[in-house]
Amino acid sequence: MNRFLLPVGIFAALVALLGVGLTLNPREVPSPLIGKAAPHFELPQLHDSAKTFSEKDMLGKVWVLNVWASWCVSCREEHPVLLDLAKSGAVPIYGLNYKDRRPEGLGWLKNMGDPYQISAFDADGRVGIDYGVYGVPETYVIDKRGVIRYKRIGPLTTEIVKEKVLPLVQELGRG
Amino acid sequence: MIPEIGQIALALALCLALSQAVLGLAGAARGDSAWMGAVRPAAQGQFVFVAIAFGCLTYAFVANDFTVTYVASNSNSALPLAYRVAGVWGGHEGSILLWILMLAVWTVGVTLFSRHLPDEMLSRVLGVMGLVSVGFLLFVLFTSNPFARVFPSPADGRDLNPLLQDPGMVLHPPMLYMGYVGFSVAFSFAVAALLSGRLDAAWARWSRPWTTTAWAFLTVGIALGSGWAYYELGWGGWWFWDPVENASFMPWLVGTGLIHSLAVTEKRGCFRSWTVLLAIVAFALSLLGTFLVRSGVLTSVHAFATDPARGVFILALLVVVIGGSLLLYVWRAPRIGLGGSFDIVSRESLLLVNNVMFAAAAGSVLLGTLYPLALDASGLGKISVGPPYFETVFVPLMAPALFLMGVAPFARWKKASLPELASRLRWALGAGLVAALALPFALGRWSPLVALGLLLATWIAASSVLQLYEKTRNAASGASAWARLRNTPRAHYGMLLAHFGVAVFVTGVTLVKGYESEKDVRMEPGDTTEIGGYTFRFDGARDVRGPNYVAARGTIKVTKNGQSVTTLYPEKRIYTVQNMPMTEAAIDPGFTRDLYVSLGESVSNSAWVVRVQHKPFIDWIWGGCLLMALGGALAASDRRYRFALKKERAEAYASAPAA
Repeated sequence: MNRFLLPVGIFAALVALLGVGLTLNPREVPSPLIGKAAPHFELPQLHDSAKTFSEKDMLGKVWVLNVWASWCVSCREEHPVLLDLAKSGAVPIYGLNYKDRRPEGLGWLKNMGDPYQISAFDADGRVGIDYGVYGVPETYVIDKRGVIRYKRIGPLTTEIVKEKVLPLVQELGRG
Repeated sequence: MIPEIGQIALALALCLALSQAVLGLAGAARGDSAWMGAVRPAAQGQFVFVAIAFGCLTYAFVANDFTVTYVASNSNSALPLAYRVAGVWGGHEGSILLWILMLAVWTVGVTLFSRHLPDEMLSRVLGVMGLVSVGFLLFVLFTSNPFARVFPSPADGRDLNPLLQDPGMVLHPPMLYMGYVGFSVAFSFAVAALLSGRLDAAWARWSRPWTTTAWAFLTVGIALGSGWAYYELGWGGWWFWDPVENASFMPWLVGTGLIHSLAVTEKRGCFRSWTVLLAIVAFALSLLGTFLVRSGVLTSVHAFATDPARGVFILALLVVVIGGSLLLYVWRAPRIGLGGSFDIVSRESLLLVNNVMFAAAAGSVLLGTLYPLALDASGLGKISVGPPYFETVFVPLMAPALFLMGVAPFARWKKASLPELASRLRWALGAGLVAALALPFALGRWSPLVALGLLLATWIAASSVLQLYEKTRNAASGASAWARLRNTPRAHYGMLLAHFGVAVFVTGVTLVKGYESEKDVRMEPGDTTEIGGYTFRFDGARDVRGPNYVAARGTIKVTKNGQSVTTLYPEKRIYTVQNMPMTEAAIDPGFTRDLYVSLGESVSNSAWVVRVQHKPFIDWIWGGCLLMALGGALAASDRRYRFALKKERAEAYASAPAA
């Protein structure tokens, strides 16, 4: 065995490790909330501050909770995907308008289109903390018993909706 | 139109880089002087076209051309001009273009300052550099085109990341890249030498000024990055062992080993295969840094927008460039030979230990950086490795290296005597011990780590001064002290200055770590708090407007023993385009301490959480780095390299008729 081969060996191992690393996503932190009941909240609605919205209202239905804000650039990218999903009628989408100002949030929905049945207005981000939100947008799929079954950090894409969200919603709808 | 010109210029630069690589390597292999003669013009032409491309991108930023996707994502019409220019390298595409520009600058540098090299050697060096350039130009053109247009184009841009809107950020990347890319010269020299089979003292002498210059740039680049983190992130930390910081630190460690190893190879002909390996590894780690930042395999504060295709491309480039050169090494290294023999106590063996220490330090940083990735890859969970690991591993490795730093310049080549060394160095050791025992008490509190740090720092500083002193009074030579100092080569002064810089740096680190203090206090207007003997009075915060941000600006009066010291204005800014909050700390810098104040959150209409920090001797950290870099620059400019060149050229002429 040639001792000059050692650097090549180490280098090959390093490349293999980096190659495997490319297939992983370090930002995909498994959420401790999955399989747990969705944290309770009761917030004023964005369109009508006299009414409230709570996760309890949704018991018995499979639904999607999407955290968004008018100041969030990635939400712009995600928005067409949400509009398509809403139009398909596969699952109702509810919004959590996170750390936003009411006129700006409303203006955003008016300009971009509104995929949400209702948006809850979380001005100071308290509910966001309970849900472990650390970046906007985030999306949760919640089942009929109010248990979180899926969480996506970052914008939804057409592929994720097709491969993850829709199959899960169908499966949960049957159960 | 202008962006298209930029793109065409890049494509032409690629053609020239390709011909530079082919003509250089094939020309040298065939011994074809016409081919080799075309290499230099090709390299210079490549530089011209890369510069045009870079100019076009800069123009797009200055002119707010938001039809260019990259400009729209990294600039805004409200952004001040200086930051629009710095915005060119504020994102992935532009910073890779900067990388390529730096590579072209170094290449032109080699064509201008290495005319004396034998044609074959120069052709091979430029050929290897051309090959690297081809790789990066392909990377830019196929995965990261900075000139791509967006349609429909937005009315205004998304703004430069507010963290990057800072003077330190204008300079940090160019300096850092000059360092990273500069190691490509040492790498190319090493590969060229392996190809030709001539790994001799001449090769080491040719590489030395380039390597030292690159190392000096890297030192400044890292120091600027650290300084930027210190005042821009608002926490008052100056080094975080973040993966990307580590990525720049590893080539620095190996580069430090390399410049010392090159010295031995040049003077004594030893360590040749080790020196070649270090040159390859230093550049490999520079490329690895590029990969880590841009592929998204690790989380970091520096993460660029990532794209798997880019990761795959850089990894492939790494395999071709580094894998190829390591295979070449396997093939050639066994025939290199060993060089002169040396005793166990000699300058050679001291420098060898230094080399091993630096390589081990770089290895342990690499391990800590990649460990989370390795665990994740084997499905064992997600973890972060932080300062506790790095500090535990680093101090024990560096302490002996720092101690030997004081001894090695005194040791003779080949064979040194321990008793003689001990007697020459006894004053330096005495000074170190006194400093270690007494100084901490003067500063307030004695602790073993502070004592160790001060011992090493004083030891190194005293040994540098002692060297200078010995130079002036070497009785044997008979010349005056002044004449002897003047005859001492600049490279030697460079070494002393750089070593002295290390002493300053170690002092800074030791005293900051040992005596810094901080407080987070809730303050109403009129409240005071005290730290490090200074009294801070909060006089409220008011709203101010910047060009592209709104801010709350606090006013804090600092007094000491009733005497006014300064007034500080920390800010909490919201950059309006990205709605991103930023903490803008206010710092009163000083020779022996920094006062550092930042605003936390507002807790009521008038009250704020204020963080005040007292940082003794922190500026010595960057001052030390600056001295190291100056030492490097001084050493690289030594006349010896130029004189040696002239002599060689004369010899080449003399032998020309015979050949």
